[in-house]
Amino acid sequence: MAEPGQNLSTRHLLGIKDLNENDIRLIFETADTFKDVLNRPIKKVPSLRDVTIANIFFENSTRTRLSFELAQKRLSADVINFAASSSSVSKGETLIDTVNNILAMKVDMIVMRHPYPGAGVFLSRKVNAQIVNAGDGAHEHPTQALLDAFSIREKYGDVAGKKVAIIGDILHSRVALSNILCLHKLGAEVMVCGPTTLIPKYIHTLGVKVEFDLLKALQWCDVANMLRIQLERQDIKYFPSLREYSMLYGLNKQILNSLDKEITIMHPGPVNRGVEITSDVADSKQSIILDQVENGVAIRMAVLYLLAGQKP
Amino acid sequence: MQNLTLLDGQKFQITIKRLCHQLIENHNDFSDSVILGIQPRGPFLAARIAAELQNILPATKILNGNLDITFFRDDFRRREGPLVPNATKIDFIIEGKKVILVDDVLWTGRTIRSALDAMLAFGRPAKVELLVLVDRRYSRDLPIEPNYIGIQVDSVNSQKVIVNWKEADSEDKVILLSEK
Repeated sequence: MAEPGQNLSTRHLLGIKDLNENDIRLIFETADTFKDVLNRPIKKVPSLRDVTIANIFFENSTRTRLSFELAQKRLSADVINFAASSSSVSKGETLIDTVNNILAMKVDMIVMRHPYPGAGVFLSRKVNAQIVNAGDGAHEHPTQALLDAFSIREKYGDVAGKKVAIIGDILHSRVALSNILCLHKLGAEVMVCGPTTLIPKYIHTLGVKVEFDLLKALQWCDVANMLRIQLERQDIKYFPSLREYSMLYGLNKQILNSLDKEITIMHPGPVNRGVEITSDVADSKQSIILDQVENGVAIRMAVLYLLAGQKP
Repeated sequence: MQNLTLLDGQKFQITIKRLCHQLIENHNDFSDSVILGIQPRGPFLAARIAAELQNILPATKILNGNLDITFFRDDFRRREGPLVPNATKIDFIIEGKKVILVDDVLWTGRTIRSALDAMLAFGRPAKVELLVLVDRRYSRDLPIEPNYIGIQVDSVNSQKVIVNWKEADSEDKVILLSEK
């Protein structure tokens, strides 16, 4: 159990690499309580009533932004939302100017998604507010990794010793890197699987197994985390066609039934049904995709609560 | 530090029994009443009270739960670190019931204020009463007073009242700690 008054070892949440195992366990234990709160008739607590949070999204997002916004509102924080596409950023304003203008309105915390890796780290060195990284390019997506690991812990009781295969577009995925770091810190074994063109060359240096055959990866793992093909990040063709990708790396009921065990299916969303995963698999009882979404709010509440509780 | 034992041994048990009889006077068969121990130390007293009531009234079902107030406290962001929550366990409806809030020590009244807020997330009780083992008189920050009191203590802010429970601390004892 976490000790009373225990703090996160970091002032910002920029990436899983900044968290230690105790931090992750503290976040999980706090999220357990928030999950309980979310199942009560009144799903709101007043903890962050004097905190103002700005969600600044320089990249499109649906579930992450909604999940953060709901978490903030459940904690009674004041929330302002900002989408770069409809703002003065399109008129040429710099990131620092944009954020400093927001901070001048007495904002305490920034939740930021940005297309460039390291944008959160850069901002944390330039401004005084606490920064939560909601995804920076193909670098990290820490709250997604935390909620994924939390969902595995919920399903199996513990993450340690579990075998997790991350399958799909590893090269362009921020979820993959954060997941690898988080799962390793909690004692899980991790494998990445996908076409050779979508597996980074030196990924084995992170201590993961690499597999190019989907069936072998599925036979090895307890949990398959299926990733979306990030066509929006692909400036060249990495595979001949979506149809071919789907035939070689798409998860369908036939493959699942051919396994001699029942594995758990995860997906960070949004799901491209029929590409990386078929509808019957996405909606099957083995899938915990909607649990991940539910856990996302509790995990984000825990992160915001623990960060806001630190003295400025 | 100087220790003064305020309550222990048989007197400790008698105090809990006396509190139970006082509760029975007002709550009869407890069919409309529930007990909520305020985390982290109230549940020890609440469990003792519930067990003793069950002993005195064997045919009665005593509903006893634990209420965590962490997210409703008024000192969040005013302390060094965040407050780590405890578990809330309320497996019954409190809507329309008479709720007996239970805590080991009543001091400033801020915990009880938070508990009243936290409790409302579970429904609107018909009535709320407060039972404490130790009432530190003349030290209230808020206009909150208990309905049932184990013992009353006159103390200054620098003193501490510690309640030890057999379940957690190997003995039942109430101690007043004073700086020499």
